[in-house]
This record gives sequence, structure tokens and C-alpha cells, in this order.
Amino acid sequence: MNHPIHLTLNGKPVVTPCRADTTVLEYLRGEAQLRGTKEGCAEGDCGACSVLYAPSGKDGALQPANACILLMGQVDGGALMTVEGLANSAKDGHPVQQHMAENGSSQCGFCTPGIVTALAGLLEKTADPSVDEVHDALAGNLCRCTGYRPIVEAALAAAKDLKPNLATADEKPSSVRSTFAGPDESMFMRPDCLEGLMEIRKAHPDAVLLAGGTDLSLDVAHARSRWPRAILTQDVREMRGIEDGSDAVVFGAAVTWQEMLPLLHHYWPSFATLVRRFGSTQIRSMGTLGGNLGTASPIGDGAPALLALDATLGLAGPDGKRSMRLHDYFLDYRKTALLPDEVIVSVTVPKVKSSDLFRVYKVSKRYDQDISTVCGAFHLAMDQDTITEAHIAFGGMAAVPVRLPEAERALIGKALDAKAVAAARSAIAGTLTPMSDMRGSAAYRAKVAGNLLQRLAAERAGQKVEVMAL
Amino acid sequence: MNIHHKPQDLTDEIEPLELTTSNRMERSVVGKGYAHDSATRHVRGEAVYIDDMADLPGTLHVAPVLSSVAKGTITCVDGSKALALPGVKAVLTAKDIPGKNEAAPILKDEPVLAEDAVEHVGQIIAAVVADTFAIAIEAARLVVVEIAEETPVFDVEEAFERGDHTHPTQHLKDGDFDAAIAAADHQFEGRLEVGGQDHFYLETHVAYAIPGELSEMVVHSSTQHPTEVQVHIAKVLGCRNHDIDVEIRRMGGAFGGKESQATIIASIAALAARATGKPCRMRLRRDDDMAATGKRHGYVFRYRAGVKADGRFQALKVEALANSGHVADLSGPVVTRTLTHIDNCYHLPNVDLLGFAAKTNTVSNTAFRGFGGPQGMLITEAIIDDIARQLDTTPDDMRLANYYGPDTGEVTPYGQPVDDNRILDVVDRLKTSAEWTERRKEIDAFNAENTVLKKGLALMPVKFGISFNLTTLNQAGCLVHVYTDGSVHLNHGGTEMGQGLHTKVAQVVAEVFGIALHEVRITATTTGKVPNTSATAASSGSDINGAAAFRAAQEIRGRMAQVLAAEWGCAADVIRFQNGMAVTDGHELPFAGVAHLCWAKRVSLSAEGFYATPKIHWDAATLRGRPFFYYTYGAAIAEVVIDTLTGENRCLRADMVQDCGKPLNPTLDLGQVEGAFVQGMGWLTCEELWWDDKGKLRTTGPSTYKIPGSRDVPPVFNVEVLDDQPNKEPTVFRSKAVGEPPLMLAISVWLALRDAVSSLSDGKLPAKLDAPATPERVLFAVEDMQARVAEESENTA
Repeated sequence: MNHPIHLTLNGKPVVTPCRADTTVLEYLRGEAQLRGTKEGCAEGDCGACSVLYAPSGKDGALQPANACILLMGQVDGGALMTVEGLANSAKDGHPVQQHMAENGSSQCGFCTPGIVTALAGLLEKTADPSVDEVHDALAGNLCRCTGYRPIVEAALAAAKDLKPNLATADEKPSSVRSTFAGPDESMFMRPDCLEGLMEIRKAHPDAVLLAGGTDLSLDVAHARSRWPRAILTQDVREMRGIEDGSDAVVFGAAVTWQEMLPLLHHYWPSFATLVRRFGSTQIRSMGTLGGNLGTASPIGDGAPALLALDATLGLAGPDGKRSMRLHDYFLDYRKTALLPDEVIVSVTVPKVKSSDLFRVYKVSKRYDQDISTVCGAFHLAMDQDTITEAHIAFGGMAAVPVRLPEAERALIGKALDAKAVAAARSAIAGTLTPMSDMRGSAAYRAKVAGNLLQRLAAERAGQKVEVMAL
Repeated sequence: MNIHHKPQDLTDEIEPLELTTSNRMERSVVGKGYAHDSATRHVRGEAVYIDDMADLPGTLHVAPVLSSVAKGTITCVDGSKALALPGVKAVLTAKDIPGKNEAAPILKDEPVLAEDAVEHVGQIIAAVVADTFAIAIEAARLVVVEIAEETPVFDVEEAFERGDHTHPTQHLKDGDFDAAIAAADHQFEGRLEVGGQDHFYLETHVAYAIPGELSEMVVHSSTQHPTEVQVHIAKVLGCRNHDIDVEIRRMGGAFGGKESQATIIASIAALAARATGKPCRMRLRRDDDMAATGKRHGYVFRYRAGVKADGRFQALKVEALANSGHVADLSGPVVTRTLTHIDNCYHLPNVDLLGFAAKTNTVSNTAFRGFGGPQGMLITEAIIDDIARQLDTTPDDMRLANYYGPDTGEVTPYGQPVDDNRILDVVDRLKTSAEWTERRKEIDAFNAENTVLKKGLALMPVKFGISFNLTTLNQAGCLVHVYTDGSVHLNHGGTEMGQGLHTKVAQVVAEVFGIALHEVRITATTTGKVPNTSATAASSGSDINGAAAFRAAQEIRGRMAQVLAAEWGCAADVIRFQNGMAVTDGHELPFAGVAHLCWAKRVSLSAEGFYATPKIHWDAATLRGRPFFYYTYGAAIAEVVIDTLTGENRCLRADMVQDCGKPLNPTLDLGQVEGAFVQGMGWLTCEELWWDDKGKLRTTGPSTYKIPGSRDVPPVFNVEVLDDQPNKEPTVFRSKAVGEPPLMLAISVWLALRDAVSSLSDGKLPAKLDAPATPERVLFAVEDMQARVAEESENTA
């Protein structure tokens, strides 16, 4: 069966027979002949391909996304707006375009459409952004020519202008949406409940299970694999909820990082800072918590924080539901305790007490949108100055994200002083044998892991400890 | 390449490239900050890059097959599996090249497609031609290449010891180093490693070759050097240069990375077009681009220096060992520029400077903004930082002791007098505006209070020589047509890569004709209109193309004035061209009317302009001469903070000034300064090229190779374009080049990081910090410093 893909493109409904695993970028530059959107890297890291995207079934709000790793089967029923659409959104184009054209924001111009799009997306949700918010919005966009100063200024100036209404009536996600999208040779299936998901998985055991696709879709973007079938979690209602309970927050596995941010910021501000850093707005608005844990990458930044918070996974499989501490989930490099056909439905994240010390520290070559060299998460329950309970977790230090019980034991009952730090440091050194790669040598990683504990102690003692704090 | 040039007769009067008639005192178009000519098209997504051009019917796509081995002999290339994939049209290897398999810009050591040997991981061995881009890259993975592996060399010093080079060693000597070092008050020695840098232009290499009749072919190539692409395609296809038209409207960034490297991509696209008879497009995926094309040269420097007690240099020996990669490419001239920039702003007597282009089994390195100059200046600044801290002085005082004097006529080690020096003035201004003295105190106070975070502050002066070192390359051409409606068609040999060259050159033409800028249409650079051009490089684009355009426009204007003089019965030289009119007392005519009148009088409205930079000469054998028409000067002060627990670091504030003479366009110049600074900061901090032990580059995309993002720009960023002193030399409208020089201002950031590390010893010990100063290098420099401080205090106790 063929299921043509429907979407709203720059305000107009379109239908395409293209494969579901076609990237949006390939579709735009090819069939749609809209070549303003550029390919700079095809790995979701440079932002030249940024478009505005409103998924089907959501509120119609347009958010920046990377067209190079967004697939047509995902956007079925949704809306896309490109730089060409923005140019036609007002008489002289979107205010971001006007200001950028006037103030030297483009030199070679190749990154420019993506930057225009990212900033237009910012202004969709933030009427009067701060400089910091502009940097957040640009974290997924690289410019090699300008040094960014005019771009930031153009964004601030554009915010003061009258913004065209991008969410016009026909700009809302198309009402036509199907559970199946794409022709028979590549069709994506989109169940709206867990039961449906189980049925479809049973019927299509070889289908790829796809959440945001910010990791898996790289293979498609690089033409390394083609997907005849994929099952999307994005509409599964059991995976879409957020429950703010008294002791914990339950996040559905298909909730995006962007959707999680407000609560993260409220309950675990240090985690929120990490989340803002590890993925750009484009990535955060696609990437999900379940996907981050599901790919079980040793450098996934969600895991260390969630391990230190002692999060629990809600799982579902053909044989029913169960829960599992995240602590027990990671087995080996990209191997987990998930049973075949089992899926992550939700993640329960305990809240911290106001007397607790909870910090996530990420060390990388660049502050924004970089993969951690070392990511350390520390959760210490304190009775005055005495540590009563300790959770220490690291990413980037082994084949899997790890908790460090020995280092934790070295802290319990102690004050967070030089002596306790030294004891825990030697326990860390004894437990972890990190590798050397392009992000850092084993020696560096080992040294930093211990030093991050020292940073925690220094921060508690009132010292300034992070260069970004200045 | 020992080309000897006879110095021009320096008594020749040099023609001024300005409008000097008494009634044209003001500049109406030149000197104004017009936006980039394509700015509106950029922001609307309407600027067409080569991969955006509409596909002609039958267009095929080309993907490269890369070597996975660093060194070896190819025993078999089997494309049968690839050819079996539906949609695959051809698998091309060196055997399919009808002409010469040659891509080298200077020597003859570089094949387009590897023939018998591969010499680096990522070398292009074959090319797959297919109906779609996706099929082409899928098929490229199916081509089976068998290689008998040999032992590769990756280490620059190992290559130096073995004498393996790609280009003859260059040796610049002045005075008597051996005698002077023996007599020096203090002697020092050291070693420094400096990493390379990927260009990371946002648009990867791309070419679109369209075959025509017989041997004719039009090739759209994202290149800074259309002529070189043309010449090489003609060689590869075995036809004549006149058969090939190479065209480029704009590049999505280049930075030197498309000076020689575009040749290979365009040649393969042309080969595919010839082989299939169809239009062929070749675009490199980012990871292929980063694996297969050259970068900024990494260097190992070893030095010995002798200085007086007051810090004045008495003798300096530097061995500059550049990682050339597998072939020479432009490494010879890159090393020359390193050697001719080691002096930076300092008078260095008794030097012995050795430049070695080491042959290693990595991708051949190439031009990158600064072209070896930044590395040469970096080592000297590192030496000053090393020495000053060990003497009873500061790096800044040591700089003051060594600056070339103003108007002293002090001569560089290569024999060029520094006769336009304004570095003292530039540095003084900057120190005042950046509050150098006060902030030094504030930073010392911060460091006394904080144990984890430490700040650093440093100043970097820059003198950069403008012109291609090789005199021959300093020539340019331009073609200007005026149509009968007064509109102007401008074409010149320079290429647009984002720097705004076309805007500046159009301003020159509009100024000469006294018309509005929008009356001048900028057109794509093409070898069919202006032939035998030089690369748009060496910061010289607007100097030489602007000068050629000035002459072309002046030629037409002169003819117009003659026609009008005859018509109006006045002298030609009293006719003014301003505000879109030709005017004398009593007569005026709109420019369109002038153009129409010339046509009616059968006077040509088309002219070419040609420019050859005067005064310069260079002897590549002795490394002496006057290679540079003039110098530009700039300075920067950077403040940084480091985290002594992780090595994470950040530039908090940067202040800089850059002398632009009388700028053609101060807004575009400002953009160049800001962009170059941030790019230079990336080179020296977060951008790290990392190869595994098999010689495979593992940083081949933005997920692993980190260029600065918007948040990395210093939150306080004060940039001033100095426009108060016209260029002493008669450049076009007395402007100065700006493309490369400000990149070196970013060395201030690296020096400030060293200063922050040194603060752990109260500034008394030099930091052992190589470049780039990644968090890892900074942390290990901190640990080394802490160990040395502990050792010293033990010794004192």
C-alpha cells in the first residue's frame, strides 16, 4: 500500500509520493526545488539546513529543526517553513532577514538561511530575547565568516519589530494525517497508543523504532542505510505525558528535551543547564529522553544525571509492563537490559531536597553543542555538612555510563572536605579506565573525573568554579 | 622554482589610483559602508551556490572513493559491484584520464586520482558517476580497493631527521647567528607544537561540469582560482585552455581552502563529464571534504635565542618544521611566509631561520588565511613569553624593547626596510582604549582571590606583509562595459568567497564614473572574460582587482570626457563625473546620456584594466628582496579565564584595532576583522585535528571538530577599524588589505591563556602550552606549572 505524505509547506498543502526515509533536506532541495536550505554537514551539527517545523498533533508552534536528519515520514501531517517561506511572510521578508541584510550578518551567506530560520524560531517563542537566549538559539548554527556579533545584534533588533504571523490558519499542521506514511518501499508507521505500538512491532519485527532520530537518522543522512519500515514513537500517548508528582516527575519517553526543559529548570537547574548545552534548539526539539537512553550511547549526556538522581524506567513489552532502575539498565557498550521487543515508556526522576547538593558538570572542547569528554553528575544528601547519601555517575569514562559505589561510600558520613575528596578521588581512579579519543586522552579524562569532585567541594565552599559563570 | 626577478626601477613614478582632480575632493561611493552586494539574497535564500544551480537534463552526480590506508601500493581497484548497482554510470580511475593526471599547483607531484601509490588516508582513488548523489555515495562504498600497505610516516620531526621533504629546504640567514649567540648575555632554547586547522567553509567543495561542442566545457567550480582550475582541467582532459571556461559567482566560504584544492574536485567532475558526455556535478560530503582536502599546516618549532639583559634580541635561530602532508601543494610559499613573518614587529639581528616542508602520510596541507604567517608570528610571541618571564622583565616590556622603530628604516631579515611602521602608535592607542594598565591590576587581584579560576591578559601586535611573495602572482585584470542606458557591467579576476570583494570593486568603478553603486552589476568571475588570473588570496583581492577596475573605468571615463569635450567645446580634464552626471560649468548630461553619446560617436564603451603591483621583487634562492608592497598593522588585547581543575577556558574580553589605510568599505573591513579574530581564536583553542594511529583523521565533521560558536565570541568585543592614515603606498584609494592580518590578532587569546597559567607562578615561569590550547592542554600546562612552583618552593626552603 502506498500512503502519500501530506504536509503544509510554506503555508501551502502539498502531497508527495517520496520514500518515508527521504530526509526533509533531500526533499526540499530535490522534489520541492527549494534550494535556499543548505547542506553543511548532514549530521545535525552545523545548522545550515535549519527549517521551522510543527509536528502533526501538536499545537502548531514552529520550532527549528535540522532538515538533514529529519525524515519525511516523521513530518507527515505537520508543517514546514523554509527560508523562502520566511522571505514571503511579510512585504520585505521576516524582520530577522531585514536586519541581517542590513548590518553585515552575512558574508559568504551559506549558513545564513539556517541562521535566519533559527532566529525566526526564537522569536516565535520569545518576544524579547536576552543575549543569552540568542546564543541558545544559535547554539546549533555555525558561521565561519562573521564572528557572530552582527547576527546577535540583528536578532535583538528584529525582536523589536512587528513580527509576521507565521502561524496563519493554513499554516497549522495539515489536517490530513495518516498512521502510515510513505510508499511501500519505505513507509513509516505511527501508532497513537502503546497497544498499537506493540501490535505494529509484532507485525513488523524488522522495523526501526524511531523517536526523534537525532542519532539513528545519521545513517540515513549519510546513505549508509535505508529503512523500508520504521515505527515512530512520537504520537504514542503513553509516552507523551509529563506528570509532576509529589516526589518525582514522570517523563514520557517520547517527550522532547525542549518540552522537558521548564520542569528540569525548576527542579534540577544544573541538569537543565546540561540539557541546553548538549543539544541545540534544533536537536532538543526533536531528541527525546527515551531515545537518548534507548541508543545507550556511552557518551549520552542524559544518563549520568539520571543515574545520579536514581531514575527509574517504565518499560513495556509483549509480556506486560515492569519498572527498572536506570542503574540496572546499561550492560555493556550499546547493550541494555531491555528484553527483545520491550520499549521504554517513561522515566521517573526523583526530586531532590533543598538540602541536597546536586550538580551535573560537563567538560567538552566547546561549551555549546559538543559531546562530553567527561560528564560527571553528583547527588549528595546532606545533614548540615555531613554527607548522608551519595550518588556519583560519569559518562564518557567507560563503555557505559556508570555509577561509582566505591567513591560514593568514601563520602558517606564525611564532610565534603579535602580529605573526603581525596579518598573519593582515589576510588574513582581505581574504578574507571577511560579511553583515549579525539575528545581527550585517557589521562585527561581520569584527571578531570577526580577534579570534578574537587570542583563540587570548591563550589560548596563558595568559590567561583566555572568559566561560564564570569 | 628559483625565479629571479630584476628589481623594477624604483625611481619610476607610480601612478596614483585615486581621483585627484581638484573638484573631486570627496569620495561619494568609496569609503562608505555598503552592505555586501548579495546580503539580501543571502538572507532570503536566493543567493545561488553551485549546488543550487538548476540541474540540466541528464545531470549525473560524482562521488569519490577514498583510500583507507595511509601508505601503500594499489594492487586492485574493482568497480564491478558498484557498476552493478542500478543508476551507476561509470567508475573512473587514473587510467581513464585522457591527458595528464596532475593536480599540483607548483610542482608536478600530485595526481588527481591516485595511480599506483596512495600516500594518505582519504586520498581520492576513483570516482563513481551515478544518476543521483545518494546512489553515487552508496556505490562509492562498493568499489573494492586493494592496497599493499607500507609503513607510513606521520611525525614531522622524524621526517626532518630523515630529510623527507616535499619542497627544498629554505634558509633565511641575516647577520652572524653563531657569533651572536655565543656572545649573548642570556641564552634560551625551546620547542613548540602548533596544530593545523580545517577551513570548515560551510559550503564543501563542489563543481558542475557541463560538456559542450567538441572539446568545449563550462565548469562551475567553487574555487578561489578559476585560472588554475581551467589550466588543470585542460591538462587532465588533454585539450587547450581555450576549450575550458571556469566560472564562479560565489563560494560559501573558502579561507584559502579553495585556492589549490578545488582543482582536484573540478578536474574529476570534468573527467566524468568527458567520460559520460553528460553534465556532472561533484560535491563532497563534509566528512569526505575534511578527509580528502588540505588544511592549515601544523608546525613543530625549535628555537635558540640570545638576548640582552633588557630583553633585546641579539640572536635567534628557529627551525620551522611544517607538516606539508603527502605532497608539496603550496607548502613552499607557505613556509616562505612563515620565515618572512617570524620577525613580526621586531627588529631581529643575527637570525638563522630554517623552513622545512616535511613529507608525511597525511593529507597535503594548503593555503589558509595567513598562509604560514600566523605560525611564524606565534613562535616569536611564544619565545618572548618564554624569555621575558625568565628575565627580570614582562612580555610586554620585552616587546617594547624590540619593536621596529618608526621611520628608522630598520630592515627585516629578508632585506625589506620597514618604512611605513606605525606599530607603536597602534599599540599605544589600544592600550589606552583597552585600559591595559588598570586591568592588569584587576586581574592580578582576581587571581589572588580565586583558587580554581585564573585570569590572564595579553597583547599581540601584528605586522603583516601584503603581496604574494612570488612577484609574478601580483597581477590582475578587469573588464568593464558601459551600456547605452548608463548601466555598467563589471567583471574582474577576483572571486567572491564572502569577503565582499565584488562590493568593494564595484564601489571603485561607481566612484570613477560618479554613479550610484546599484548602477554597477557584478557578474560571475569567469576565465572567458578575464584570463590568466591569480588566485584571490594573500589578502590582495581588492588591492589588485580594485586597481585593475580603477584603470578600466578610468579608461572609459577618459574616452567619455574626450567625446564630451568635443561636444561641449571645453577641455576634457574639467569635466566632472558626479551624482550620475557629467558636469562642467554650463553643461551637464546624465551618465546614460553620456554613454549613448559615446555610442553614437562610435567610441568604445568597453575597456579592460590591468594592474601589476609596483616596487616589489623577490629572490627565492636567497630569500631576499622587497616581497611586500606595504605592511598592515594591528594589535589586540585579550583577557581570558581558565579553570585550573578542567582546563576549560574562555575569552572574556577582546579589544583590537586594525589599520585599514583609507578603507574602501569600513563595514566590510569590520566584518573581516571580527570574523578573522574568531576564526583565529578557534585555531588556537577549540579546533583540534586528531588522527588515530593508522593516520585516519577522526575529526571530520562538526560533531568532532569544534569551530567557535556564537557563545564563544568574547562577551566584550571592541573592534576598531583605523581609518586615519592613508596607505603610504599608492594603493587603490589608499586602502589597505584586511583579509588575513586580523586572524593573527587572535594570538592574543593564546598568549593570555599562557599568562593565566603563568599566574600560578606569579608570572615568573613560562607556561608549557602548545596550540591549540584545548582544555586538556591547558590542564596539563597547569599541572606542569604547579609541579614546577612546588619544586621551586622546595628548593627555596
